[in-house]
Amino acid sequence: MIQNLVDGILTGSVISLGAIGLTMIMHVLRFANFSYAELLGIGAYAALVFDGLLSTLVPALDAAFRPLTLTGALSLSILAAMAVTGLSAVVIDRLVFRRIRQRADPLSMVFASFGVALILRNVLTLIFGHRAQLYSNDIAFAVVVSRDPLLLIKPDQVFVLIAALVLMLLFHLILTRTTFGFALRAVAENPGLAQVTGLRLSSMVTAIWLIGGALSAAAGVFYALTNHLSPALGHNFVLPVFAATIAGGIGSVYGAVLGGFLVGIASGLALMVLPSGYTPAMPFLIILAVLLVRPHGLFGEERA
Amino acid sequence: MIGVVSYLAFFATMAGILAIAVLGLNLQWGHTGLFNGGVVAFFGAGAYGTMLLGGRPEPGQFGGYEAPFLLALAGGVALAGAVAWIVGLLTLRLRHDYLAIATFGVAVAFESVTRNAEWLTGGAKGLRGFPRPLEAWVGDNFTYGLVFLGMVMAVLIAVYAGLERLVQSPYGRALRAIREDETAARSLGKNPARLRLQSFVIGSMIMGASGGLYATFYAFVSPQDLAPILTFQIWAMLIVGGAGNNRGAILGAFAIWAAWTASGFALSRYAPQDMQLYTGSVQYILIGLVIVGMLLWRPEGLLPERIGAATTHRTVAKTAATTSKGVPRS
Repeated sequence: MIQNLVDGILTGSVISLGAIGLTMIMHVLRFANFSYAELLGIGAYAALVFDGLLSTLVPALDAAFRPLTLTGALSLSILAAMAVTGLSAVVIDRLVFRRIRQRADPLSMVFASFGVALILRNVLTLIFGHRAQLYSNDIAFAVVVSRDPLLLIKPDQVFVLIAALVLMLLFHLILTRTTFGFALRAVAENPGLAQVTGLRLSSMVTAIWLIGGALSAAAGVFYALTNHLSPALGHNFVLPVFAATIAGGIGSVYGAVLGGFLVGIASGLALMVLPSGYTPAMPFLIILAVLLVRPHGLFGEERA
Repeated sequence: MIGVVSYLAFFATMAGILAIAVLGLNLQWGHTGLFNGGVVAFFGAGAYGTMLLGGRPEPGQFGGYEAPFLLALAGGVALAGAVAWIVGLLTLRLRHDYLAIATFGVAVAFESVTRNAEWLTGGAKGLRGFPRPLEAWVGDNFTYGLVFLGMVMAVLIAVYAGLERLVQSPYGRALRAIREDETAARSLGKNPARLRLQSFVIGSMIMGASGGLYATFYAFVSPQDLAPILTFQIWAMLIVGGAGNNRGAILGAFAIWAAWTASGFALSRYAPQDMQLYTGSVQYILIGLVIVGMLLWRPEGLLPERIGAATTHRTVAKTAATTSKGVPRS
């Protein structure tokens, strides 16, 4: 019970990070982006590449911060991966989505995002192979926190939870304390009105892709650090991040964070009654439940 | 010679079965503007529904009622329709892309059930054993292949003819009207939520029929047959052929299925040995490129939608009014 809850909170922090950007994109550009979760995969693999490069170039960085398996090289790689993924998100938007939204309706973008997701995922497969990979081959020993009820926690998991919360707090401070944050909230609130006040929508959209890409990259690395990397990583998060945005209400950043934890914890607790084979379907049940009870989410506003 | 004919019959049977599913999708996306991100679930509901009703009984296995073929197929179609009705009821009144997300979720949930609920779906090993219609009566395999092709073509033609009538009727115009401008359609007394739900359910039932025929053809269905890529293939067929044009949907199904089998054959033959594991990924990328490329450069497809071409002057004026934006939106 307690183990499921703790694991659920950890997965929840990854889903929350992934959902923050998605909820802003879905609100401002008004389309459900099925390729968004692939950014988690891009980020995780970008970190793998930088990690390999850095630890060969500067062997001193290859030492792990005990008891974590996280190395100096990997922690720098996370930052690099965030930058690369943010830029990839912008490039994908320029190449595909912007050109489609200039002349067709949002549903064509939903459609295109399916194609983009398929391409991204399989390019990752071609480059890195089908097999699962790890950042570090050191065995991450779990610490027995309590024996009855049994609770095992890996030090890496504690790091991931803290790092995710720090990133969310940083983003919260940007949103509430800076002019840029006000602009971002204005655009998320009402894109049309924000333009009237002199904000350039196109640069704000670029900023949203950069932030979303960076947060997703962190989410991808955090997941891969506590589990493993595979080309399906992004695909496995498509439904959870959508469930988080819908549960939180599309457009609400805080709703997405809360929704992420909700989805993670519910999926974790569901393991007590359902076999693990059904875990991928849990977010779908959450979506159905939210649509039944509160169609516009916890913090969403009613908009057709 | 017999080998060539029997391969062509096999190819045309598969393409024909998929073309039926593409027609179903065309009603949803092409004519009503509904995004179905989980085609494979409705196809699969039809396949499993048909197998459960018409299959032979197995110990410890639900279903196997040995129902007559048409009854089994109708059951599969009804199952697909029931799933669509529930999903549609929950999502069709909300933001347009909620349906996309929910249908994608249905596909994921459906896959979980097919893989895990062994008592119901046989799990990973699937369901096998199905008395194929007329098989005992025809006898040899070669002739039966042709007979089955004939049955698939008959269903395809029936679905095509039915849909053509439907979309050219006032009902079809109402669907296009809510696709183009929901507010305007509402002001004319149409009920967009109800029309969308009907179109979604009918389209999904057609996909269910396609899935039922697929399961019947192989007398077998397993989660491997219902990989998520099927949704993308069917979408690529529709966008290449031309959304909103039923002839285009059929053309696209045959064209993409030919390209898919040809590329699969070429890759398995000419790709280097160590790349063989990855030929699937290459094909998936091609499908993705087809979808994105068509949307960017030729969103109307090979055979664009023809509004009112086969209708009378009076209806031309009406439909022209509802599609005055002129841009093909699908």
